[in-house]
Amino acid sequence: MNIHAMRAIYKFEMARTRRTLMQSIISPVISTSLYFVVFGAAIGSRIAQVEGITYGAFIVPGLIMLSLLTQSIANASFGIYFPKFTGTIYELLLAPVSYLEIVVSYVGAAATKSIILGLIILATATLFVPLRIAHPLWMILFLALTAVTFSLVGFIIGIWADGFEKLQLVPLLIVTPLTFLGGSFYSIDMLPPFWQTVTLFNPVVYLISGFRWSFYGIADVSVAVSLAMTLVFMAISLALVAWIFKTGYRLKT
Amino acid sequence: MQPVIAVSNLSKTYASGFRALKHIDLDIRRGEIFALLGPNGAGKTTLISIICGIVNATEGTVAVDGHDIIRDYRAARSMIGLVPQELTTDAFESVWGTVAFSRGLFGKSANPGHIEKVLKDLSLWDKKDSKIITLSGGMKRRLLIAKALSHEPQILFLDEPTAGVDVELRREMWQLVRSLKAGGVTIILTTHYIDEAEEMAERVGVISKGEIILVENKAELMRKLGKKQLTLHLQEPLDTVPPELGDYRLDLSSDRGELIYTYDTQGEQPSIAALLDDLDKAGIRFKDLQTTQSSLEDIFVSLVREDR
Ligand SMILES: Nc1ncnc2c1ncn2[C@@H]1O[C@H](COP(=O)(O)OP(=O)(O)OP(=O)(O)O)[C@@H](O)[C@H]1O
Ligand SMILES: [Mg+2]
Repeated sequence: MNIHAMRAIYKFEMARTRRTLMQSIISPVISTSLYFVVFGAAIGSRIAQVEGITYGAFIVPGLIMLSLLTQSIANASFGIYFPKFTGTIYELLLAPVSYLEIVVSYVGAAATKSIILGLIILATATLFVPLRIAHPLWMILFLALTAVTFSLVGFIIGIWADGFEKLQLVPLLIVTPLTFLGGSFYSIDMLPPFWQTVTLFNPVVYLISGFRWSFYGIADVSVAVSLAMTLVFMAISLALVAWIFKTGYRLKT
Repeated sequence: MQPVIAVSNLSKTYASGFRALKHIDLDIRRGEIFALLGPNGAGKTTLISIICGIVNATEGTVAVDGHDIIRDYRAARSMIGLVPQELTTDAFESVWGTVAFSRGLFGKSANPGHIEKVLKDLSLWDKKDSKIITLSGGMKRRLLIAKALSHEPQILFLDEPTAGVDVELRREMWQLVRSLKAGGVTIILTTHYIDEAEEMAERVGVISKGEIILVENKAELMRKLGKKQLTLHLQEPLDTVPPELGDYRLDLSSDRGELIYTYDTQGEQPSIAALLDDLDKAGIRFKDLQTTQSSLEDIFVSLVREDR
């Protein structure tokens, strides 16, 4: 193991985070606050409780997940895309580091950042709604698993992308819709039966459901299923990353 | 002695179908300074990139100090430092930060003393806290050298290290390269400044259109291919070269005031002493004479032209 290299990459990425601290922390906090104002206060006041929880509190886990997913993907994809774009990736290809070490360092840094972000949003939420967290350890586990999985997804996108548009395409066209339709703002029970079935093909449903369960003990699908699905997504992402490195796909000519 | 780099039967075909390297065989000796010369697009950077692990070979193998660059990549790569041709750097990192990063990447524990020495050797010490984006082009070039030296490589590749570096600093860099060599580092450099190769290299390889067309000791090369010319400034202009001097195949300058004798250093032609003797016999007097020797540049140009 080239521990020094992993530490160097991790530190480098975290330094980048610190340099862009304002935009990376402030903007999600602001947009989350806006969601609270609009959905929680304005609309929420007209919606009765969802499964015994005030609407404002009900949407907190979904909002955190929304930020977690988009930020994990954005951080990780940018982190690996940028060296490709500027050409500094030559040093990474030159160095005596294994692909596993590269992935762990980049994904670790991206996930760290989005977990910190998730916790900041959680803290922000407590300013708006009374919160209780029934299973704090599970909450952290889901947070971490999701951050890592979607940082892996981001990493893959960063390697695949050969322009800035593509870098934004996947988050915009796939992730955001999936998250909005994944039960961030409603319980799946509220949908007509047909759409309930369709929803079950949306991976994000399982993440949000499991995460919400760790807060309130209520879930759209059982926690075991949520956990299993999260791990399955992670395994798929890992397999894709392994394939990319094995073939040198878009990294080496 | 085992070569420090052994390239055998190396070929590269890019995805575009372009064959950039064709069956390259090349051994680099431990501790030498090797200059790789060739026109634009010859394949110098491609060859270096494959040895360093940035580009995949299509065919063939490379061993670095006996370590296969694919199977045993960690051992092979940790010996190598590369200064790339393109000026690719981060923008917002500090000079110190990026050099320390390179050292870490190569698996070496932090060593501020070494980094300080490298930065001082490259006249970058006063810039150590500056952001990279604020450096000039020549400074960035030196920064790339500092990054390559940060992990104390035993083999250093310099892909056009002095492009865009001013004359004085160029001399300083040559000095640095010599001191690295004195410390046992093997150096492979490419350059378009032939005087640089002539000044520094012990061996020269010429690559053209993806093929190595020559590898030779520099001195040997100059001896073999180097031409000498003796120019005699005559006291009285001549109308024609006297027939009794026909063996020497002399040229008469257009103003008829100079006789030019071209000979190679192998010494297969009649000696200068014999020529001067014969001139004397023919009654030709001269007021001055001078000799010139072709440079590596002339040799290189003629080689590559032949290959075209
Ligand atoms: N990624 C690539 N895809 C296709 N062709 C390439 C690629 N990289 C280089 N080539 C081609 O391979 C050939 C060799 O390029 P290379 O960069 O090795 O030349 P070089 O000898 O370093 O030239 P220079 O003196 O200009 O630096 C060139 O014809 C170049 O166009
Ligand atoms: Mg080149």
